[in-house]
Formats: sequence, C-alpha cells, structure tokens
Amino acid sequence: MNCEECGKKPATVHITKIENSKKTDMHLCEQCAKNKNGFSINTSFSINDLLTGLLNSGSVLPIKVDFVQDTACSICGLSYNRFRETGRFGCGNCYKTFGEKLNPLFKKVHGNTNHTGKIPNKAGGRIKIVREIERLKQELALAIKNEEYENAAQLRDKIRELSNTGKGDA
Amino acid sequence: MNSWILGGGPQNDIILSSRIRLARNLSDVPFPLAVDINNAQKIIDTIRNNSLQNDYFENYRFYNMKEVSQHEKQAMVERHLISLNLVSQGQIGAALIKNDEVVSIMINEEDHIRIQAIMPGFQIKNAWEIANEVDDKIEGSAEYAFDEKWGYLTCCPTNVGTGLRASVMVHLPALNITGNINKILHAVTQIGMTIRGLYGEGTEFLGNIFQVSNQITLGRSEEELIDNLNAVTMQIIDKEREARNMLLNNSKIQLEDKIWRALGIMKNARMMKSQECMKLLSDIRLGIDMHIIDSMPIALLNEIMIETQPASLQKYAGSELGQLERDVLRAEIIRKKVNKI
Repeated sequence: MNCEECGKKPATVHITKIENSKKTDMHLCEQCAKNKNGFSINTSFSINDLLTGLLNSGSVLPIKVDFVQDTACSICGLSYNRFRETGRFGCGNCYKTFGEKLNPLFKKVHGNTNHTGKIPNKAGGRIKIVREIERLKQELALAIKNEEYENAAQLRDKIRELSNTGKGDA
Repeated sequence: MNSWILGGGPQNDIILSSRIRLARNLSDVPFPLAVDINNAQKIIDTIRNNSLQNDYFENYRFYNMKEVSQHEKQAMVERHLISLNLVSQGQIGAALIKNDEVVSIMINEEDHIRIQAIMPGFQIKNAWEIANEVDDKIEGSAEYAFDEKWGYLTCCPTNVGTGLRASVMVHLPALNITGNINKILHAVTQIGMTIRGLYGEGTEFLGNIFQVSNQITLGRSEEELIDNLNAVTMQIIDKEREARNMLLNNSKIQLEDKIWRALGIMKNARMMKSQECMKLLSDIRLGIDMHIIDSMPIALLNEIMIETQPASLQKYAGSELGQLERDVLRAEIIRKKVNKI
C-alpha cells in the first residue's frame, strides 16, 4: 500500500485516531507522518522512536501504531490529557465533554459528585421543567398501564405544552 | 463605610473579618486562562453594561485593571478588595467595587466572575446574604455556566458546585502563647476546613492571623457549608478565650509586660522587619482586646498592618528600596502613627 498523502512512497506508519468516539485510519510514509500536524505523536511514541524502531528491526517492515487521541472540548479545545496535566478546565463545556470521567476526581476532592446547593433562576427554571416532564412521563406510563386513556391524553397534552415552554425558554 | 479595616462587628476581639466568595462563569465562553482578548472584553462589557443599567449597582465603581496604576492595584490587594491573581491577569482583568468596600466583583480572575463580600467581625451569614443577592442581580442579565449535576462550573475542580468559599480571619495569639495552636490547626484541617495565611494561599502565618475556610464546595448546600464554618469558628473562639483567661489568671504580669514592651518598641524603634512588626501588632492587638491597653483603636493596627507590607512601602517611598531602607521606613511610619495617639 502506498502513502495516502503523497501516493509515492510505501505506507509504513499506520495510525488509528479516535476522537470524540469517531475512528479514522491513516496510512502514511515516514516523511508524511512527520509532516502531518494533525497527528502530533508526542506521547511515548515520537517519529524518532518509530525511526529508531525501524532501524533496529533490521528490515523495513510496516509497524502498526494504535494511537488513541483523547477527547477534546469542542469549544476551547482542551484535551482530557492536557486537563490531567494542568488540573484546570478551559470552559464550562469541558465538563460535558469529559463527562463521567470526572466523577472519581470530584469524589476524591469533595467526597461527592452531586450539587445540592443553589440553582440559578434562569437555568433553574428549565431544570424544574425538565424534572416536571419526567414526573409526568412516569404518570403517563402508569395511566396507560391502568388503561386510563382519558387521563393519559391529558397528561400527554401537558407534557407537550411543557416541552414547548422549555424550548421557548432556552 | 463598613470596611473590615475599621474594625468592629460581632466577636471582633478574635475575628477580624468574615468573607464570602462566589465563583461564577458565563456559559459557552472559554475561562480566563483560555480566553482570547476579544471574548475577555465581551465578558467585561457584559458585566459592566449590566451594572450600568441596573440601579442596584449605582454605588459601585468600575475599574479596568489595565488603566489602574500599580500603586492603586497594590492598595486594593492589601485592603482585600481584589486578589493578587486578578492583578497578574494583566490586560483582561477588571473589577466593580462598592463604595463601602464590602462588595467587590472581580472580572476575569481565575473565573469570569468572582463575587466577594467581606465584613468586619464574625458575620459570615450576613456576608453570604449580600453575596447571594449580588449573584442574583448579575445572573439577571447573564447566562451562567451551570450543570444540573455538578452545579456552578468553575475553572478549578476544587470550586465546582456552589463555587463558594466562606472564610474567617482569626487572631489567635493566646493559643499560640500557650502552645495549643498546632493542635487546633490540625483538628480544623481534619474536618474539611483549610487554614491559610493572611494573604491567602501559600502565604505565611504572620502575626498569629489565620484564615479558616471550607475546602469542599460540591455536595453540600451553601447553608450547610456556612453552618459548618460557623460551628468550627465558634469552637476556635471558645478555645482562644479559654487560653486568654488562663494567661490572665496564671501569668498576668508577664502578659502585661509583653504587651507594654511591644508598644514601647513600636513607639521607639528605628528599624523594623516585617515579621517583627506583625508579631508586635499581634501583641498590641491582644492588649487592646483584653483591655490592657485602651487608648488605641483597632483600625490603627489594621492600617499599620496594611501599610507596612513590603510592596506598600515601596510605593510610599516611590522607588525600589533595599532591605535596610525598608526596615527604617517601616519603623518611621509606625512611630508616626503610634505616637499620634
């Protein structure tokens, strides 16, 4: 197989990149892999390491590098690995991006993972609506199970109405 | 003016000040450490315009840090109105400070918004009520970064949740003299509280002054955090009172001697190091609080404490000072102030 980038030299570096759970494969020659900025191979594997590996292997055999790019925040670009180095988030969206991975850290720092304090009025309004919708959905399921169709229809309308308010508010 | 520097407030013989700090961020904008200059300006504009359009903020003054002189910034840090961290943010920092110096709102410090309410004496609850109200007013025209599960989202994981740091500045000379201070400090850190020096993280314990604050911010409500700090502070106050009584009962003359000597040195010294100054201030403060000295206002001690900090002295002199020059100038300022009484 020839290099995907230059199409001339044989592809000897095979890179698997997983970013935000999307997998991309790349097959490159040494030179193009070196030039490719998108893949900064700066973890334990550097291009130099690869070259050294090649030299030591005695023959030019293709080597497979399973290189997993970690999750990065779409707003500020902070990666999870970088966060682990600095211990500082780049924006509010980082929390959403890193998600459940953060729980052990919070558990360690605060002994807890759930906020129980103040809720801001604006965001709070939406949260209250979301909670109310969830509650009504449970009631609806129960009504259907008990074949109370009139009640179910009313509940369905209420849920619809609330869902629309939620959207309008956002 | 209700500034803590003037002294007063409940339990002010032991508690210098009570402070609440709330960390808040706007949603969908990178935090100050990652923000570009345009977005940083937008954050400043959002908060400033909000304050200009709202009568609630009519007694606040706006400071754009890049336009404030080094001297003024230093003075604001020493009066606990802004943090050193805000000063080091350079071009992007700003602040809104209320005329009475109780409330200050820092913009683009570690978080987009840091609301602080600082009051003299032991009144954490009052400070919380003020900061909470200011928070609601700012939120009225800003979209906060908030998550249902994790609460207020902050730059540092140690502030997430309530974003609340409640702290008291305590003066504990008798616990130190009687050799009990380490026991207390150790006990306090065992129950989720942090102890720091006068000027916050990483600063020395000078002049028997300590800042006690909550360490945890996630998983407890603001009221719980404040109640905890109140309870711990009450116990510290009791222990310090106990130690003071013990000193009065067992070594009254030694105590009086120590205090009057401190005043004698303050009135006459020609050179004074910062550390010695803080130690003597602590002795004199104890003398005033125990009614051994009654002719000196606490505000004067707070003034001396603030104005004899190394950076303040440099500014007073208007030039870089060597160690010896600083010590001479410090002694001179203290003599002037103390001998006026």
